Amino acid sequence: MTHNSSPLAIAVFLLFVAVTLGITFYLGKKARSSAGYFVAHGQIPWFVNGVAFAGDYLSAASFLGICGMIAFYGYDGFLYSIGYLAGWVVALFVVAEPMKRLGKFTFADALNARFQSPGIKRAAGLSTLVVSLFYLIPQMVGAGVLVQPLLGLPHWVGVVIVGAVVITIVVTAGMVSTTWVQFIKGALLVLFSAILTVMILARGFEASPNIPPPQTVVKTAEGNILINGLPKGVGNGQGQIQPVGTISKLPSGIERTGPLGPLEFFSTLQQSEIVLWKKKEIKSADGSTTTVYTPAPTPGSQILQPGASPTFAGIRSEKLFDKLNFLSLMLALFCGTASLPHILIRYYTVKDQAAARKSTIVGIGSIGFFYVLTLYMGLGAMTSGAMDVTNSNMAAPLLARSFNQWLFAIISAIAFTTVLGTVSGLIIAASGAVVHDLMTSFLKFEMSDHGEVRAARIASVVVGAVAVMLGIVFETMNVNYLVGWAFSIAASANLPALVMLLFWPRTTKQGITAAILVGMFSSLAWILLSADTFKDVYGLPADSALVPFSQPGIVTIPLGFATVIVVSLLTRRAGQANA
Amino acid sequence: MKKIGSNVRLGLALFAIYLLLYGSFVLLAAFAPKLMEKTPLAGVNLAVWYGFGLIVAALVLALVYGWICRTNAPHEEGGHASAGEPK
Repeated sequence: MTHNSSPLAIAVFLLFVAVTLGITFYLGKKARSSAGYFVAHGQIPWFVNGVAFAGDYLSAASFLGICGMIAFYGYDGFLYSIGYLAGWVVALFVVAEPMKRLGKFTFADALNARFQSPGIKRAAGLSTLVVSLFYLIPQMVGAGVLVQPLLGLPHWVGVVIVGAVVITIVVTAGMVSTTWVQFIKGALLVLFSAILTVMILARGFEASPNIPPPQTVVKTAEGNILINGLPKGVGNGQGQIQPVGTISKLPSGIERTGPLGPLEFFSTLQQSEIVLWKKKEIKSADGSTTTVYTPAPTPGSQILQPGASPTFAGIRSEKLFDKLNFLSLMLALFCGTASLPHILIRYYTVKDQAAARKSTIVGIGSIGFFYVLTLYMGLGAMTSGAMDVTNSNMAAPLLARSFNQWLFAIISAIAFTTVLGTVSGLIIAASGAVVHDLMTSFLKFEMSDHGEVRAARIASVVVGAVAVMLGIVFETMNVNYLVGWAFSIAASANLPALVMLLFWPRTTKQGITAAILVGMFSSLAWILLSADTFKDVYGLPADSALVPFSQPGIVTIPLGFATVIVVSLLTRRAGQANA
Repeated sequence: MKKIGSNVRLGLALFAIYLLLYGSFVLLAAFAPKLMEKTPLAGVNLAVWYGFGLIVAALVLALVYGWICRTNAPHEEGGHASAGEPK
């Protein structure tokens, strides 16, 4: 889709970035020591930390990915909302307080509290790094996606801008300013999503019986792009993909509904007919690829139930493996949240266990409220003529544009700070793991406090640069789908070790180290050998994949638990001798 | 670690309740999709009701946990936490 930039949007956007950076530099002066850099001295008030949880967690995947998926396929995107929120129950009831009690700076500290084993530090540090990188890819992709319609710049420029801004934030100020950026972003995101939802309800639905014509995108062998037969562009004689999204029939044939109540919204949609867009790709012998987007009128009742999207089509399939794929993803989402390094480190920024608990409850409240709104925003985008059939990640900002330019500018700027907030949290988690866990255990010397902060800054720049490159490579994938991978790896590598350490007294250090490594490598290998990766990343036929379904969780999470138990039992005697 | 505190036991009990709710939802979606299409109330289908219900349930259980833990707090966290707590 081609986009014109508007001066207003750019002004609002620049204002947001300037304010964010201003806060960063102001607060950055306070973060000289390593305790200040990594965990903000443990002095963040619990309420602020709770909203910052929302800022940290509601990443580009939630805002752009889920809304986009709902706009394209209906209810299925909301399954992610449900799974992401459910994960917080595990975080609060099982992990929050012990994490705070046992650790100081990183997830590895908590795992290692009883053993002082360099093996655990290395394994946990490595898994933190891998999970953070996997989680960074979709954030970076999201950044590029946002900058396109807003500033009219190419995808890669957006990725580089985010990379540069985030590295600046992290390097100058560490966790103190990261927390405040996340607090502001979390609060604004929830507030403006609520405003957007109210506007959707106030506008109601409108039927347009004329079904728009199919759209085609041809990519020639030389790499030129033709839209509906014309070269891509906004000028005379040039073509661009039109935004779409219409209701073809409303209940009892009315033309418009007027304002709707929050439940009426669903009951009306349930009885309407909505035009969705089917995508078909044809590769020709001359090397060109034609993608045809055809309108497909679909009953609303079908859109409001699970199983309409390719990701979750397995629900309606008769094959057991397809159903397992769905169960596997829902399990990974449930177990993943409590294993994400950038969420876990937020337990060290508050002063005690009670504050850790309270901030998690505030987090659940704000995050849950936001996820309820995703269903309204997604369906609103689907029906308001704002969809871009070529990129599902743009639904939320384009929905805002269907109201007015101001809202578009603000929502885009918030979405951009969304990316900033999450990416800075991830980079801090990753650089903390590099410096605290990997460097100290491999190099075997204690760095000075000052040296640690300097090393962490260098690590942040490197991690940020790698993330920028990956963000450019993975441009076209739905950001939410990529986050699903990060959850699977985190849940498989970290959760079994953490839970067994807390609840099974016979766990040994070898058991923990082995479980992290086995969980991480098995889930990573499963993903790389899966049908989805074959199709979307390597461009190979999906049938040639080597594993029976794409989501690893249902196999690799139990495998992690089994590893802790077996290895702990085998190494039990050695462990006792040390104790 | 040695003795399981009442906070931990409460946490696990609430966790079990939620696991049951979430597990039923996922299994229902996978094995009884027809049931999800039913519209039990206000013309809104079960999939939407149950989904919203799970989000609300998470918050309600979290508030219950926070409330009970606070009433327990004086006995529970006496040891180390009091050092950091000014009040």
